[in-house]
Amino acid sequence: MTTATIIQSLASGLLMGLLYGLVAVGLALIFGLMDVTNFAHGEFLMLAMYITFFLFTFFAIDPLLSAPLVGGAMFLFGAVAYLFVIRFAMRAKANIGMVQIFTTFGLAILMRGLAQYFFTPDYRSINVSWLGGKTISFGGIFLPVPQLVGALVSLAAFGALYFFMKKTDFGRALEATREDAGAVALVGIDKNKVFALGWGLGSALIGLAGAVMAMFFYIYPDVGASFALIAYVTVALGGFGSVFGAFAGGIIVGLVEATTALLLPPSLKAVGIYAVYLLVVFIRPRGLFGSI
Amino acid sequence: MDEAHLKRRRRDLIVATVLACIAALVPLFVKDVYVQNIMVLTLMYAALSQAWNILGGYCGQISLGHALYFGLGAYTTALLFTKFGVLPWFGMLGGGLISAAIALALGYPTFRLRGHYFVIATIVIAEIGFLLFHNWDWAGAALGIDIPVRGDSWAKFQFTRSKLPYYYFALVFCCVAWLVTWWLENSKWGYWWRAVKDNPEAAESLGVVVFNSKMGAAAVSAFLTAIGGAFYAMFVSYIDPESVMTFQFSLLMALPAVLGGIGTLWGPVLGAVILIPLTELTRSFVGGSGRGVDLILYGTVIVLISLARPEGLIGLFSRRPASKGVPQ
Repeated sequence: MTTATIIQSLASGLLMGLLYGLVAVGLALIFGLMDVTNFAHGEFLMLAMYITFFLFTFFAIDPLLSAPLVGGAMFLFGAVAYLFVIRFAMRAKANIGMVQIFTTFGLAILMRGLAQYFFTPDYRSINVSWLGGKTISFGGIFLPVPQLVGALVSLAAFGALYFFMKKTDFGRALEATREDAGAVALVGIDKNKVFALGWGLGSALIGLAGAVMAMFFYIYPDVGASFALIAYVTVALGGFGSVFGAFAGGIIVGLVEATTALLLPPSLKAVGIYAVYLLVVFIRPRGLFGSI
Repeated sequence: MDEAHLKRRRRDLIVATVLACIAALVPLFVKDVYVQNIMVLTLMYAALSQAWNILGGYCGQISLGHALYFGLGAYTTALLFTKFGVLPWFGMLGGGLISAAIALALGYPTFRLRGHYFVIATIVIAEIGFLLFHNWDWAGAALGIDIPVRGDSWAKFQFTRSKLPYYYFALVFCCVAWLVTWWLENSKWGYWWRAVKDNPEAAESLGVVVFNSKMGAAAVSAFLTAIGGAFYAMFVSYIDPESVMTFQFSLLMALPAVLGGIGTLWGPVLGAVILIPLTELTRSFVGGSGRGVDLILYGTVIVLISLARPEGLIGLFSRRPASKGVPQ
């Protein structure tokens, strides 16, 4: 194992990590807002990838150009999912935690079934994007262009999200609701509206991630499941509800995965991520940046 | 202990005895092998869900990683039988003890985690188990283990001519899981679990007692789940990591309890009786096409029931809600 190999895989790990962060941040946002973990998160990602695929197949829109469209479509989907399903799960009088977990799980299974029914279980891919197959080299390190662009999209999205939360009225309402939903109702902010918009925003971020990932991953009904577990780990590593935690968690997960892949057979590369997750929460039960 | 409570417990026991007797007589009238197969699976899932319910329902520790214990039971039995010729009964017991020991070892760090951190830790731990077995050549890796037929007897736990012995074992297993729950419900642990579930902060102030009762729940739950795994391995005579250790499986063990009524004695039984035949029938009638109709149906049922009857279907049978819960 040469130094070059190690640097090469760490660089790829970093790019992948930024993308994991983008996949996870919507989850972190929704959790921070209303203490709900969306166990259909992976299926939201799968839907975004299919939307990207169909925009490409039927309208020949390149994934990078369709990313804002997919984000917008997912915004609507997330808000509708909140208004028609999640809102009712929040009203349960008994076993509220359990109801919320199993409602989103049910939604995940339903979405996967619908995807199999309408899109068939076939594997699909977008391999003729104008970025596809290109690589770029920095001092002997080769980076695939789609991944590099994906990482840049992720950085831009995190920057925009930070700006949005700090500088816009809705962002501030979101932040306030995160901190004290009860007090927010007293000053006349409609909690339901904020929650719906929060689900929309969180889902729009998954939409962006899905559009980028459609460039270099196969698209099939179960694709979300594998990324969802990584997203939960990413979010929990960073601390549930912390947007910065999702960013840092993503990078850690990407680097750990790359390191594990150097040491263990490829089929075991996820073990490293899971082991680091367990290690972190056993030492800090609220994640790295979560409030204790 | 008030009179009504004792009366309810006695009534539960009588109802259970009557239902068990009816279940024992059913195969005399139902000869169809396909239907018998579904009945075996229903009883097995009722027992597994009952086992899950001890930790997830009564104690409120939502584990979505019980596939690990199921897989350990299945693998211990299959490996001991095929590699060393050890009778499945010993494999079953060994698998149960290994699972209980692992549950205790894992409980030590994980029970400090709250809410979603705990749920995700259980998923992640089971996933690590899945990946390790998937890569473990001696245990058949991804190909799994084919259990050869070495006879047709209770000693070898193999029955080639009829499914009935499997049915009666599953029935006994289901009754044992129910009885264990019935007994624990009224034990010292049972009261502590309810305290942990209803008001963790107040219960935590009781300190070590709470922790020990959670550990007890984990060990009993894992032991019973592993017995189910051992049974399943002998019943289908072929196991691989995909069929016994995936996340999907953990979910399947929790669902009957959730649908029937979590933290109740009858919830898992009711949930399994509804859910398993429904799953098996939709799978064979429409699911074979691989078009996901079974998933659509399944997902819709879960969403509707969790939204409409958060306390589970068992609530339909009693005037008072099964669990009052904590107002949020």
